[in-house]
Amino acid sequence: MDRGGSAVPRNGEDIRMKLESLTQSIGEWLRGTGPESDIVMSSRVRLARNVAHYPFVSRATEQDRADIERFLRERIATVPVGKGLEYIDVGHLEEIDRQFLVERQLISREHADAQGARSVAIDRMEQVSLMINEEDHLRIQCMHSGLDLKGAWEQIKVVDDQIEKVVPYAFHPRWGYLTACPTNVGTGIRVSVMLHLPALVITRQIDKVFRSLHKISLAVRGLYGEGSQAMGDFYQISNQTTLGRTEEELVEQVGDVVPVLIDYERRAREFLVRETQQNVHDQVSRAFGILRTAQTISAEETMQLLSRVRMGVLLGLIGDVKIADINSLLVRTQPAHLQKLRGVELDTNDRNIERARYLRQHFEGNEAGRAN
Amino acid sequence: MKCQHCDKQAVFHITELEEGGVRELHLCEDHARSYLNQSEPEPASAEEAEEGGGGALAGPLGVGQTADELAILDQRACDMCGITFFEFRNQGRLGCPHDYVQFEKELEPLIANIHGATEHTGRRPSRAAPLPEGTEDLTRVIGLRREMKEAIALEDYEKARENRDAIRELEDRWIAAAPPSRETEKTSE
Repeated sequence: MDRGGSAVPRNGEDIRMKLESLTQSIGEWLRGTGPESDIVMSSRVRLARNVAHYPFVSRATEQDRADIERFLRERIATVPVGKGLEYIDVGHLEEIDRQFLVERQLISREHADAQGARSVAIDRMEQVSLMINEEDHLRIQCMHSGLDLKGAWEQIKVVDDQIEKVVPYAFHPRWGYLTACPTNVGTGIRVSVMLHLPALVITRQIDKVFRSLHKISLAVRGLYGEGSQAMGDFYQISNQTTLGRTEEELVEQVGDVVPVLIDYERRAREFLVRETQQNVHDQVSRAFGILRTAQTISAEETMQLLSRVRMGVLLGLIGDVKIADINSLLVRTQPAHLQKLRGVELDTNDRNIERARYLRQHFEGNEAGRAN
Repeated sequence: MKCQHCDKQAVFHITELEEGGVRELHLCEDHARSYLNQSEPEPASAEEAEEGGGGALAGPLGVGQTADELAILDQRACDMCGITFFEFRNQGRLGCPHDYVQFEKELEPLIANIHGATEHTGRRPSRAAPLPEGTEDLTRVIGLRREMKEAIALEDYEKARENRDAIRELEDRWIAAAPPSRETEKTSE
């Protein structure tokens, strides 16, 4: 094995173009299509895998990491799923570009902040992404719009099977697939759905829902918020255990609870309309008003207001706004997306001003479009 | 060492393994019992409910071990990657696949606590005979590589050569034959 030099080709002009084109599209999980997409934003399955003959990432030397990166990239290139992948050398990206990939959910915050040789491979649809040298050597992720866990599982199974033909994944007959952290050992699977639950938040039922989810070993976290308060009423529900049950059982465990949550949220929305229609109408109209007129606005406030407007559109309280549009604004008003769209780096204050301008222009554009 | 909650001697040393790192608890027998018996604590925030098992699911490790026993255990190192149990307890991350074999007895209660199970029942690799299902054999490469570096540093080139050959043999057995190489593909086009 050639051990010299950098294992990953530096990001060239083509990667810059790739990032540019990503900026212009909105990505699979924001398409706003798929079953139950009024409440379920996206369904995701990820698998944690490691190569058997290298130390885990946190114990690997710089040379090991470069070798692992190259080994995986070269092997994966020989199987059909590997052919349609675009690699981005995360280790040599600017901070803003790494942040951009995090906002898009193509890499994790940990992967963005890590050290050493690491990369991400993304398919054209932005459904499949492979993170190399995150906490584990390989993290395969598959994301579908709306509620489609089975579809995401079927797709990731194909990707995993093909890669396993050419990569000796660390496996133990008793413990299953071996991972850097024992919390992922066994199947290495994390099944999650991202839900928009504004009515459960407004009616203060959300904590009760979360407590019952914990009792059945499901984890809840916010969108982007690594442990922080969920922004804009978006929550990710996922399995906590990975050993002792089959992948299908774990997919079902998460899948079974989603219809119940959808039902709670729908009932809470109906309750709001029935009992407090004027109040709710007032809240969403004010949120819409601020988004269309503000002169400076933070990313957090934007998320919160877009969340309320999204609910307003779905309740028929705001007309002429498409859900896919709101979804796309959710990601395009994030700091790195905003700066890439504007083509300049901005500090927080200037970003807030630029974000408000972007929102005003967006909604004005929509109105002008309708008037014509 | 005193118990964290009272003046009694701490006899239980518990390591809570969490996604973001580890939390150590030093407790007397009474406090340890009430800590271990408390029913699943409700996470106060989403922070504890992060992916990968937060505080509520994190497990006790080394329950019933005295400080002395724990100190001896902490010194034990993996034959392949060299990580000590102490390092694992501090970082919450294992060093290599062999740790699951080397520290199996110690990891078992921890894994049982996290997952409520100690046996994988999901998918398994289908490997062409005569390769076994488990990859423990191939993982030996990690130790051989480490020894080879040490031998080179000591200018023991004979030993380094032996290790290099052993690594090649293992890699050839496990890896070289596996994928259709790009050269083969080109010729078949």
